[in-house]
Amino acid sequence: MIQTKRTPEALEAVIIRFVGDSGDGMQLTGTQFSDTSAMFGNDIATFPNYPSEIRAPQGSLYGVSGFQVHIGSVEINTPGDEVDLLVAMNPAALKTNLHALKPGHTIIVDTDAFTKKNLEKAQYEINPLEDGSLANYRIIQVAMSSLTKEALKGIDGLDNKDITRTKNMFALGMVYFMYNRTTEHTIAFFNNKFKATPHIIEANTKVLNAGFYFAETLELIPNTYSISPAKMPAGTYRIIMGNKATAWGFLAAAEKAGLELFLGSYPITPASDILHELVKQRHFGVKSLQAEDEIAGITSAIGASFAGNLAITTTSGPGLALKGEAIGLAMIIETPLVIVNVQRGGPSTGLPTKTEQSDLLQALYGRNGESPVIVIAASTPANCFDMAYMAAKLTLEHMTPVILLTDGYIANGSAPWKVKSVHDLPEIKTTLLKQAVDGWHPYDRDADTLARKWVVPGTKGMEHRVGGLEKDKVTGNVSYVPENHEFMTKIRAEKVKRVENFIPALTTEFAASGDLLVVGWGGTYGSLHSAVKEMNHLGYKNIGYAHFNYINPLPKNTETVLKQFKKIVVCELNNGQFSSVLKMNFNALNLCQFNKIQGLPFGNSELIEMFKALVN
Amino acid sequence: MEATLENNYTYKDFESNQEVRWCPGCDDYVILRAMQKALPEMGVKKEDVVFISGIGCSSRFPYYMNTYGMHSIHGRAPAIATGTKLANPNLSVWVITGDGDSMAIGGNHFIHVLRRNINLNIILFNNEIYGLTKGQFSPTSTIGQKTKSSPYGNTQPPFSPGELALGAQARFFARIGGNTPKEMTQLFIEAEKFKGTSLIEVLQNCVIFNDGCYTKYTDKAIREDKQLFVEHGKPMVFGKNRDKGLVLNKLKLEVVTIGENGITEADILVHDAKEQDPTLHQMLVRLEYPLVTGIIRSHEELTFGERELAVTAQVQATSKYKKVDDLFFSGDTYQIKEDGVHYE
Repeated sequence: MIQTKRTPEALEAVIIRFVGDSGDGMQLTGTQFSDTSAMFGNDIATFPNYPSEIRAPQGSLYGVSGFQVHIGSVEINTPGDEVDLLVAMNPAALKTNLHALKPGHTIIVDTDAFTKKNLEKAQYEINPLEDGSLANYRIIQVAMSSLTKEALKGIDGLDNKDITRTKNMFALGMVYFMYNRTTEHTIAFFNNKFKATPHIIEANTKVLNAGFYFAETLELIPNTYSISPAKMPAGTYRIIMGNKATAWGFLAAAEKAGLELFLGSYPITPASDILHELVKQRHFGVKSLQAEDEIAGITSAIGASFAGNLAITTTSGPGLALKGEAIGLAMIIETPLVIVNVQRGGPSTGLPTKTEQSDLLQALYGRNGESPVIVIAASTPANCFDMAYMAAKLTLEHMTPVILLTDGYIANGSAPWKVKSVHDLPEIKTTLLKQAVDGWHPYDRDADTLARKWVVPGTKGMEHRVGGLEKDKVTGNVSYVPENHEFMTKIRAEKVKRVENFIPALTTEFAASGDLLVVGWGGTYGSLHSAVKEMNHLGYKNIGYAHFNYINPLPKNTETVLKQFKKIVVCELNNGQFSSVLKMNFNALNLCQFNKIQGLPFGNSELIEMFKALVN
Repeated sequence: MEATLENNYTYKDFESNQEVRWCPGCDDYVILRAMQKALPEMGVKKEDVVFISGIGCSSRFPYYMNTYGMHSIHGRAPAIATGTKLANPNLSVWVITGDGDSMAIGGNHFIHVLRRNINLNIILFNNEIYGLTKGQFSPTSTIGQKTKSSPYGNTQPPFSPGELALGAQARFFARIGGNTPKEMTQLFIEAEKFKGTSLIEVLQNCVIFNDGCYTKYTDKAIREDKQLFVEHGKPMVFGKNRDKGLVLNKLKLEVVTIGENGITEADILVHDAKEQDPTLHQMLVRLEYPLVTGIIRSHEELTFGERELAVTAQVQATSKYKKVDDLFFSGDTYQIKEDGVHYE
């Protein structure tokens, strides 16, 4: 283990972006830096940026892969907008990411990668390192590839590919030195990851240390920085990505409810990682079916729910469209089912790798007939765990489908998660009826929730039929009686409405009344919370923030909370969908909208500017 | 699914209290009664039986069975049934479908359920027409067939369900006329015994929109001459006089007469339903004279469910994760020792 010797300058937070070719290992580099920082005690948020091409040509502009890390001694809510340090492993990476660097800030480049061929591929006519175009930045030019080769002399069994592959560790070593981090965690990672190939452990360790020492002796790095540990509640933590947190929320719910978990799913970006995570969990008896299509994904889950599993299906926007009819079936047979929609840019195929919140109205209304379901949304990577758990709890206790909305931004982003023990999570009481009861009818309802009992095949003496035709209000047999249809339509809606008695009330942050209430929902929590917090620090004490995780039904106190403010601005990454929901429910409210539809999260400065305009 | 002494079921135990609403004279009644008679013979408990259907006349079937059942959405029953069977492998799961439901809107699920070979049974009511929507041509309607949506004659060539199924690697395929309840009952029992996905195509007459479409094969006066009811291990002989049989002539099946041209019963092909290679089964499926009924293919191999359970058992045997917390608190966790909260 080695440590920095210089006296570092203290910073509250820093944003670093590692960019390089798809094959340069930027995801690993970024993850190592963020993990090391998290273990040091910083709060963090990260976001990967992969090319959509699987193996894009080397050095090409569209083959650039990146990983952004935001670390702080203060609360960190987003991966950040503009970066303080850009580590660019080739010209294409520099070209595609320079716009994100704050003026005057630092770039580290591998000069060995700035060859004529690579410059051409990046469409540079002149080498940007030589033409003065980077004069507004501090450039640290390092011949990383050659230095890596040099460092690896004398290690047997390495081919050229192995050598090239370790140069990212040279860059990481340098950044560790600059930010006063130790190499300990990363070396432990090598020892674990490359157990079977000791020469690879040795090579990576050597190059990491070489980078660290090189930075230490480099005059271009006059000072180093330190970011103290953040104030966080004590406990066991881990860094978790949103999709993994979603998957784990269901694992916890299944165990808590004493049920087997069933996932029916069809691969789709950006939801597939939930499938990838759950297929690994056979230790807990998790059953997962990669189905032939989106429809089979959800219908197999309905079949599993009918047989008594905690059944879920995972998808993204276009998949939700395909599942619409089946959601209606689950709703009318009143069986538990969670549908996860990791939203991406739409419509149609849209922007598969970009984030958006444009499936809200589809989730609420995208079905034939009167078919309300519970709709909830997760706000951060770690909150995906809580909302997945809550989705399972609500569907099991209320016997109606739940759509859980996350999005590409929080699904792929990661942040510290204070690990929760299943023991400490709220109880889940299913409506399962495991033994025959005299006088029971399939559509008898609980007086409070209006949920029917869950009676699954294998239960003796309780044989019954369900189906997509309108059901008699008691027996569940097919009924075309006009009054019965109206009754059933209303009671299914009432059942969903009554969920408001079982969800948390809406709260506000920073102010409970005042001039302006910022309203958000789902994955924009980080950006909106940070921006309102900054306004608060700037002295705007009359601005509050209300964030919605529960959309159908809305929290009971919604109107009361909103009415405490003179102005309300609903901020969404769509063309105003939640705003229209609020207007429909509370037509006396005067709402402003702030919408962004670029496949990108909100930027801090655009929010601050807008808030100021609204209050001044 | 063990048979126990207390389960002395009769067909009446499987009748539901719902009034059956198919058209008078429909073969669906025959299928329903054949199923109600077959179930007591299968040694399954009533509460373990599940019927899952899609949409169409046939798909009303679950309502008439006093078992668990789901009348679902168009074409999706095989996928729903797959989920049900994976969730509880102990159940006897039956998919009830028609030619529109399984060959058109549900074609994808139909081929994939067969490919996976999960242990469930599918009964395909093939009447070569859309009945419930009142008479449009279906994917099994014949060329030239006049229907409400093909007034000048159908121009879309039909699927043969058997060929499609074998192409999708069906391990069990049987075909039966809708007017032969005794044989049908026996096929249902055999389908349940078979370990894997069993498909039974019933040539079901629709009295309203496609009446008589199978008469040339199923009419009682001629059916013994026109149909070959195959049985595993027996020579493929048919005809009222049991004097016709199949031989293989080069790459084609040929009908020969026993006693003519020196042909004896020893020359007739013996049916091997269990053969892994489906080539001959495909030829039997395609044959128009005679029309082959009975169990054409019955080749057992590991089912999808068995493969799934084996992998899970293997993972569980060596895994260090017994409870979810074992996973949550393992790997790259770290401790924050000093308790604090962010300032606002």
